[in-house]
Amino acid sequence: MNRLSFSLWIFITLLLSGYLAYVLFVSEDKSEFIVGEASHGHYQIEMSCSTCHTSPFGGEEVLQDACLTCHKDELEEANDSHPIKKFTDPRNADRLAKLDATQCVTCHREHQNEQTHPMGVSLPEDFCFECHEDVAENRPSHEGMGFETCASAGCHNYHDNKALYEDFLVKHGDMSSPTKAPHAMKWMIPNRVESYQANPTKLPKVTASVSAPSSQDNKEIIDIEAHWAASSHAEVGVACIDCHARENDTWQDKPSLNMCADCHQDKWDQFTQSHHGMRLSDKLTSPLTPMTPNQARLPFNSEALMTAVTCQSCHSAHEQDLNFAATDACLTCHADEHSTNFKNSKHFTTSLTPEGTAPDEAVSMTCASCHMPRYEEEGVTRVMHNPNHNLRPNEKMLRSVCMDCHSLAFSIDALADKPLIKRNFVGKPAAHINSIDMAVKRTQK
Amino acid sequence: MKKLSLSLIASTIALSVLGLSACGDKAETTGIAPKQFTDALHLVMDSDRAVYTKKVVGRLVKEEKVIKASEHFMDDKALPLPAQMFRFGSEVVAEKTDEFSYSLQSLWPINKQNAPRTEMEKKGLQFIVDNPGQNFYGEEELGGKKYFTAIYADVAVAPVCASCHNDHKDSPRTDFKVGDILGGVVIRVPLG
Repeated sequence: MNRLSFSLWIFITLLLSGYLAYVLFVSEDKSEFIVGEASHGHYQIEMSCSTCHTSPFGGEEVLQDACLTCHKDELEEANDSHPIKKFTDPRNADRLAKLDATQCVTCHREHQNEQTHPMGVSLPEDFCFECHEDVAENRPSHEGMGFETCASAGCHNYHDNKALYEDFLVKHGDMSSPTKAPHAMKWMIPNRVESYQANPTKLPKVTASVSAPSSQDNKEIIDIEAHWAASSHAEVGVACIDCHARENDTWQDKPSLNMCADCHQDKWDQFTQSHHGMRLSDKLTSPLTPMTPNQARLPFNSEALMTAVTCQSCHSAHEQDLNFAATDACLTCHADEHSTNFKNSKHFTTSLTPEGTAPDEAVSMTCASCHMPRYEEEGVTRVMHNPNHNLRPNEKMLRSVCMDCHSLAFSIDALADKPLIKRNFVGKPAAHINSIDMAVKRTQK
Repeated sequence: MKKLSLSLIASTIALSVLGLSACGDKAETTGIAPKQFTDALHLVMDSDRAVYTKKVVGRLVKEEKVIKASEHFMDDKALPLPAQMFRFGSEVVAEKTDEFSYSLQSLWPINKQNAPRTEMEKKGLQFIVDNPGQNFYGEEELGGKKYFTAIYADVAVAPVCASCHNDHKDSPRTDFKVGDILGGVVIRVPLG
């Protein structure tokens, strides 16, 4: 009897460990091992375990390095108010004992989505208390404010306060709207066709012994050729083989996405930083398939649920239609309240003539105006292809977008009003946020 | 016979261990003393910042008037303040080594986070104010580790130092003059 139960026990152990070992080492789908639902920021890549858990051994530095691999650049860009280097001085040892601010995971613990606040914060919302208990001493205006209100809209952010620091609020505190509409409103990206035509060697063109299939009697190919001929690719001399015969000197009907990335590297990098393309990022240790709306957590149009999100989702490979890319491409999939209300809002219905457009070239705003703003880099105007870059906390939009047309005060009030955002800014902000008033008051004492 | 050889082996091992450990001690005493280390560091920090204050900020802002110096130098397209230049240096050091750390503190800080926090800091900052010309040295334990802490007086070497501190809306004092102590440089070296 003993022998039987012993061998049965061994058998069950081997079976179970064999199955788990198979899942851990061999299988692509490791969902057995996911300890809890992933947060909104990471759920898309939760199957790529080794991207974050780079090593089964090692201490906190393993996870910390993983966080920084993707998020280091944006923290630096945000002029992080609480960078790690502020806390490494030994004089902060007592503070670190309460809250270890040198580790991302102290405040952003994954796999417990049921108790995770916005922006992946997994601490009680009044954690600021641990170090800023005495804030009312130096800021009597804060007397009586609960610590769960520190990170309220328009007040303070832990990392990015570029639009919220005191002197900025004071400097831009008047109620007047800007009279100029600088770069965010540049609709027509200054066409760099001439510069590429002048410097053809700048383009990584291909010499291949294959050539494109003939268009004879094939309507589809005739259409493709017509679309391509009207595009910027044709203008600068990027021909069929430059995308379709880039690898191995063979013709590929469907080139891989890396073909776009070869020339449009910055856009690829930004795209793969975003919720659209993070599953395709080079930073993942195990590759994943492109995202499809059916796997996402936001509302989407039912017809678009199985559409893979790639460069082609917004930009057809051959036909260049930036107007479509700027609004209707988004609305093909996105079906949340903010998106479905866009065409009702003044942002869409108002006719605008920003700097550089003639009166008869009036344009309206697009989704991309706010969510993929233009920015200047070394004298060139570019389009931010990471729509999440200025999304959360939404005060990030103030400087990159809102303040191009609106006053800071109005913009802060508008961004703080969640129902207003859902209506896509139809109507006026419900409440006034006191940040600017408090900052200005301090300059007057 | 067996017992004798065993005890011989045991005592040889014991003696050699002792001998080797003594060798270890000897190597440590040929290093430099913490005080010498912090004095040297402070001299470099101070000199670099003085050069920046006088030859860059003082000259371009006050004399040539071609640029401003501002706390928000990125947004204002201005020069970083000398105190910021100093702090950025300490941040780079913090990222690259833990063999020493330094910071700028004051009994009358503009940013209250730079007020003294440990007992030694409070004692030292007061000491350098009460004893001009002298540095403060001590040992303290923070977060379970021992540190040698040195505090050096930070003096307003140029008129811009005093005037900016006096005019700043968050400055608790408005009567600084050139040559006054504004605060202290705190350098820490981990011991042991």
